[in-house]
Amino acid sequence: MRSDPKDYELVAPGSLQAAVGLLARSPGEWLPIAGGTDVMVQYAAGKLPSRKLVSIWNLAELRSIEVLANEIRLGAGCTYTNIREHGVIGREFPMLSSAARWTGGIANQNRGTLGGNIVNASPAADSLPALLAYDAELILISVRGERRLPYAGFHAGYKKTKLAPDELIRAVCLPRRFSGYVCHARKVGSRNAQAISKVCMAALGRVAGQTVEDVHIAVGSVAPVPLRLSETELMLRGKVINESLVSAAKKMAVAEIRPIDDIRSTAKYRAAVTGNLVAEFLNLLSADGKA
Amino acid sequence: MNHERIVGTAVPRKEGREKVTGKAVYVDDMVLPGMLYGATVRSQIPRGRIKKITFETSVAWSEFVIVSAKDIPGKNCIALIGDDQPCLASDSINHPEEPVLLLAHPDRHALRKAVDAVSIEYNPLPAIFTMEESERGSEIVWGTDNVFKTYLIQKGNVDDVWSRADYIIEGEYSTGAQEQLYIENNGMVAAYDAKQGITVWGSLQCPYYVHKALMALCDLPAEKVRVVQMETGGAFGGKEDYPSMIAGHAALLAMKSGKPVKIVYDRAEDMAATTKRHPSRTRHRTALSRDGKILGGEIEFTIDGGAYATLSSVVLSRGAIHAGGPYYWPSVRIRAKAVATNAPPHGAFRGFGGPQSIFAMERHMDRIAQVVGLSPVEIRRRNFLQPGQTTTTEQVVRELIDLGKLLDRAISVSEYQTKKQEFAIENGTGATKKGIGIAAFLHGAGFTGSGERYLSSVVGVEGCADGGVRILVSSTEFGQGTKTVLCQIAAEALGLRYEDVTIAQPDTTEVPNSGPTVASRTVMVVGKLVESAARGIHQTLKLSGMLGDSYSAEEFRAACQAYVAGHGQLRSWAQYDPPPDVFWDDEKYRGEAYAAYSWAVYIAEVSVDLTTYSVSVNDFVALQEVGRVLHPVLAIGQIVGGVAQGIGFALFEKVIWQQGRMQNNQMTNYIMPTSSDLPPIRVFFEELGNVHGAFGAKGIGELPMDGPAPAIVNAIEDALGVRFDSIPLMPEDIYDAITARSLRGEDEVASVIR
Repeated sequence: MRSDPKDYELVAPGSLQAAVGLLARSPGEWLPIAGGTDVMVQYAAGKLPSRKLVSIWNLAELRSIEVLANEIRLGAGCTYTNIREHGVIGREFPMLSSAARWTGGIANQNRGTLGGNIVNASPAADSLPALLAYDAELILISVRGERRLPYAGFHAGYKKTKLAPDELIRAVCLPRRFSGYVCHARKVGSRNAQAISKVCMAALGRVAGQTVEDVHIAVGSVAPVPLRLSETELMLRGKVINESLVSAAKKMAVAEIRPIDDIRSTAKYRAAVTGNLVAEFLNLLSADGKA
Repeated sequence: MNHERIVGTAVPRKEGREKVTGKAVYVDDMVLPGMLYGATVRSQIPRGRIKKITFETSVAWSEFVIVSAKDIPGKNCIALIGDDQPCLASDSINHPEEPVLLLAHPDRHALRKAVDAVSIEYNPLPAIFTMEESERGSEIVWGTDNVFKTYLIQKGNVDDVWSRADYIIEGEYSTGAQEQLYIENNGMVAAYDAKQGITVWGSLQCPYYVHKALMALCDLPAEKVRVVQMETGGAFGGKEDYPSMIAGHAALLAMKSGKPVKIVYDRAEDMAATTKRHPSRTRHRTALSRDGKILGGEIEFTIDGGAYATLSSVVLSRGAIHAGGPYYWPSVRIRAKAVATNAPPHGAFRGFGGPQSIFAMERHMDRIAQVVGLSPVEIRRRNFLQPGQTTTTEQVVRELIDLGKLLDRAISVSEYQTKKQEFAIENGTGATKKGIGIAAFLHGAGFTGSGERYLSSVVGVEGCADGGVRILVSSTEFGQGTKTVLCQIAAEALGLRYEDVTIAQPDTTEVPNSGPTVASRTVMVVGKLVESAARGIHQTLKLSGMLGDSYSAEEFRAACQAYVAGHGQLRSWAQYDPPPDVFWDDEKYRGEAYAAYSWAVYIAEVSVDLTTYSVSVNDFVALQEVGRVLHPVLAIGQIVGGVAQGIGFALFEKVIWQQGRMQNNQMTNYIMPTSSDLPPIRVFFEELGNVHGAFGAKGIGELPMDGPAPAIVNAIEDALGVRFDSIPLMPEDIYDAITARSLRGEDEVASVIR
């Protein structure tokens, strides 16, 4: 541990109201900590700038998973393990289940939370492309009340979000309207487990024959924020899948992303693999149309 | 012929229960009264001179013990082979992790801020980071020419063969640095008192290396330096030389403060500052006859030693001797060179130069096969060393090894031929390409050349007052099974039960110097001495009339008790005695390089995913002749673990360097394979036996590190038809190569001269 515990203060309010009350009294001063799978890594490395931590780990209000008629509402404090073990998520949102399974090891999955993954805002986060592909919405809470906004657009830039300094994510809402869609999620990491993604993709779509009716493609690790490939999606809708469409989609996908060279991979590799994953998905979609 | 009861069986590990119940005591478990915690202030630049050291006022410095080079009582060096590496830099900085100051404080959490509050100003000097820069010599960073050591091995007259050759085939191959990644980070506790001297307890492989280093550093006589090995959580060579550095640091802080001091590295410091496998570059130029027989060749083997000489000369020696592989070379010239760069010194890591030069040899064999138009199987078969032939150092192969038979068995159990045919068909379509590759190799056991003669190891076996037997060696357990196997050997030699034999904790006041625990020498060399010392106990009891030739365990116990009661002590010693027919010339690097070799053929099957350019190893066959297998479970464990590390070496583990400093010194970004990245590793043994080893054993620990990388890269070439001569081979490299080839539109033309 490269940090001195004496330099840090940790409080654990007993309720969600108390937690947002604390945030409201001195906005920006307290760093919320849930499972600690990101915060404690920074702490151990001596690189955690926030000296005041407010634990939201034990807040029951954040831990529920509500299955409503038209959406499923996941408390922001749900862990990856909670997600993995949930039957409805497994059936209707398999790409989120997969992402939960890919994230870290079992210990990380027992502690890491969906809300934490969103606010940590790493472009390499595994669950975020799935949330984008499923048109997730967020419910944010503060003493000022709740507000609901689409998850797409929540990330304002590298490690920046639209969360106000006095707000917490209350829940993540996933619309239950993707039955019958073909889903394809893939994580390309540096090894088969316990890896940070070099590229990850979550895509879903529906075809009538070979014509693309609807398509959502989201990618991670290839831009400052997790990204929906909206131009590529637009270009694909209503078109017949064939070799030239796949090739055009690959090109357009590569044009939409902003990959970089870093300690884990290279920009050109990330671009090529993104294109290949989009092609792989379209070929699966096409095969579904032929089935 | 095997009548043994204990040797050859899978007895429980001696220290296994303590480890799995959490009772084993590691150095970080130790707390001494009044103990301080120590930390190291390191240089931040690769090369330069220290101008000024400033202590920022944010820290209450009066609470800290501060040690600089001026506080060293003896010589400011880590005594090993040469004495060039300072314990603390006083003026010159030669790499970015060089220790400059030591701090100690009762609160371990206070240390990090203090380390950060020391600022060092430098006059920077130009630094060099590659072997090529070092060879160019535009900056001399070590000695007069940046060269730590060279060797020249010559057999026959290779200059004559080029004109007779039908083929001359060249290739250049390289391997990267590799971190050992033992589970337990390095750590030491030191305590000092003027009367008894210095004692250190630590995680280490070689107690007497640390002992020697502390004597020189602290200017103390042998009897005032005590080194104790604590339970050690893995080493792989990574705790061969650097523990002397940490022990020195803890000792200096303990001497200055008068209090015990503990230094335990965290993972980030351990990965950045301690040793790694030497990066290497090997060039081959080989002459062949039309029928694929090697006529001769030149091999140039170069390793990057980092900033100080440390163990580079011996790593170089082993790499050079193994560079010709298990093949017969009528003539050969091997030039080997270790050069300096401004990176932390590279050190020992399982295989010790062998995995580097063997990677080159075995990739080169596949290249030769292609050019000559033979299969990878046939080219090897035609060139295998046969009993009676000589190695590159002109050592006559006396072992009755039949490498062709080994190859046949590996081919058969891996279903090599069937898979070759299947893949040729399947690879036509689809985004996954499969391939299969072979590596054949050998690994010498024990110290090289006259090394064992110089070591002249001593082993003791003691009959105890309670009638039990205790082994006294400085050979250490760090997960590989030293304690278990040496106890098996003593129990077997004395006809006792395994439970009747224990082994002393390595403590230089208690145990003789049985040499370092390195070089696959413990079971073969030390084990043989344990066998002999154990028989000495029986001899003594027999001569005293207390025991006959055949006896029960109970009779032995009674005799032993009676003898100790009567004589006070029952001890038997054995010292290494070199075999009479062994000849080694240190000047010409010629002769019996090793008392025995282990031999192996490994076969890897891979698939390459062309969507992600990633490689999966799907199946792995590891077949080896290692003499008698003394403990089947531990032996299989050694092979499986070594193959896993070899897979990491080939495909995953890449040190990202920047200005001589490791950038990815975290396990999140330095990628070792997990269990889900490993194939079934199928282990097979041939057991020819060995007259030099205990109960016929040879070395086993390092061997499995040598073969996986070339077998895997050969398999990747088989799958893709693209050549890769450099490891680690990452998906990014495969993508680049495939793209480059499709841009060129045709395969590279082989560089065949005739």
